[in-house]
Amino acid sequence: MAESDSRPIVSLLDVHQSFGKVEVLKGISMDVPKGGVVCIIGPSGSGKSTLLRCINALVPIDSGSIRVADFEVHRLTTDKERLALRREVSIVFQQYNLFPHKTALENVMMAPVYVLREPRDDVRARAVALLKKVGLAAKQDAYPGELSGGQQQRVAIARSLAMRPEVMLFDEVTAALDPETVKEVLNTIRELAAEGMTCMLVTHEMRFARELADTVYFTDGGVIVESGPPAELFDHPKIERTRAFLSQIL
Amino acid sequence: MSEGSTRLTDLPVLLPGAARLARRAAVERRAGSPRLALRAEHGFALFAVFVIGCGIAQAQAGADQPSILATIWKWTPLLLRGFVFNLAISFVAMAVGTALGVLLGFGLLSLRRPVKRGAWVATNFFRNAPWLVLLFYCMFLLPFQVKLFGITIPLPDWVKATLGLALPVMANVAEILRGAMQSIPTAQWESAASLAFSRRQTLWMIILPQCVKRMLPPWMNLYAILTMATVLASIVGVNEMMTLTRQALSAENRPGLLLSFYSYVLLWFFVYCYPIARWTVRLEARYAVNV
Repeated sequence: MAESDSRPIVSLLDVHQSFGKVEVLKGISMDVPKGGVVCIIGPSGSGKSTLLRCINALVPIDSGSIRVADFEVHRLTTDKERLALRREVSIVFQQYNLFPHKTALENVMMAPVYVLREPRDDVRARAVALLKKVGLAAKQDAYPGELSGGQQQRVAIARSLAMRPEVMLFDEVTAALDPETVKEVLNTIRELAAEGMTCMLVTHEMRFARELADTVYFTDGGVIVESGPPAELFDHPKIERTRAFLSQIL
Repeated sequence: MSEGSTRLTDLPVLLPGAARLARRAAVERRAGSPRLALRAEHGFALFAVFVIGCGIAQAQAGADQPSILATIWKWTPLLLRGFVFNLAISFVAMAVGTALGVLLGFGLLSLRRPVKRGAWVATNFFRNAPWLVLLFYCMFLLPFQVKLFGITIPLPDWVKATLGLALPVMANVAEILRGAMQSIPTAQWESAASLAFSRRQTLWMIILPQCVKRMLPPWMNLYAILTMATVLASIVGVNEMMTLTRQALSAENRPGLLLSFYSYVLLWFFVYCYPIARWTVRLEARYAVNV
């Protein structure tokens, strides 16, 4: 992807975070250019999900700085400021977390209607279009319980997109899916990336990371062990730990 | 078989029963009170007792006295008027208790420590105090009338009794609400927050609507328990069904009538509460599958 905009849209500098006495992130720094696609890989418990949650202020950090667009995330103190940030950065979770009492269409419409306070008719048109885009036009009146995992995950992506975010965070969005439905979700993300959406993915889908990412970060034990373009990192890892990890899963 | 923490028992033969008991315990924890387990057999047994009671009374009756069934029939309109009064008390106490209980339940979940603490104390006091004691508190501590903005509002006994019954209902509803809200996965809060919903919006639009379904069975169970507790009002002299039954019995002055009359009262309560109990069980089964 082009790095036309010189200033990165997401910028992390020496981010530390801990839950109680357990230090999860031990100094993470990375820059993501606008329209860039970044994949974060690494063993479980290496702090990948926490990292994403820090970026949209779901988890507070201890030290360091996080900047997203014009928001100094580590300086946000009130709920109001955090909510403003989350209009720009949307996250899709591993477990979809749709609202079970609302239909697919309502799930997509809720946040723009009640948070952005946009006219319901406009939002509806946009929500219908988004569901069509993720291939679920026929399922708009279905409740989450009636949808398969892959379908729920695509609704969740449409729900996030409805907020018109600048950055999309994907937290192991295919980890809970069976292999066949993984593909439909990945296709959706592939299209988004092609349209120039800035995406940060935590993923175990190495082939997908190799195909899509501009930069791949390998994290372990709360630090970035190695990073680089996918061809370099996957084919010629410089560090032994990366090599060991990749040989386990490739 | 080492990781026994998630298993209910190591003996496979006990599993069906253990699972059932665990489910039941979970339901009762959520309800905050034991579940009313009314079954049709209980109704038949009650009816049998009633018939036996009538038989004994009939056998003791003198030749000149009217038949036992005729006597019961004669008093039925009065007793039913009392029963309707019981139901009215139960409706009002439930409505008031639910409204206050929801507020108290919000207090239990407040992020402000003093509010949370206060709500916790109130909830536990009113949940664990004997209902009759609360009833006496209200009867004797509340004035018989209050002056509000120059208007005198009388507080008759039945109003005070209803308030007294509404207090434990309030505490139990608060507990039911708290349980339901905590049973909603925290991921729902997180998901809503990530979409920039405020805490208040999340509560009203996402969490509470999901709670209603979960609250309905324990709430109905509480209502059935409350309905049966309305007879406590007889002790403080409200003219409900028990009071009227006692009056009818003393008017008849035939000791043999005791068993049949009180069984008759029980039968009425059973007929009213049984469908509620059955319906509660049905809803529980349905929601257990698809929440």
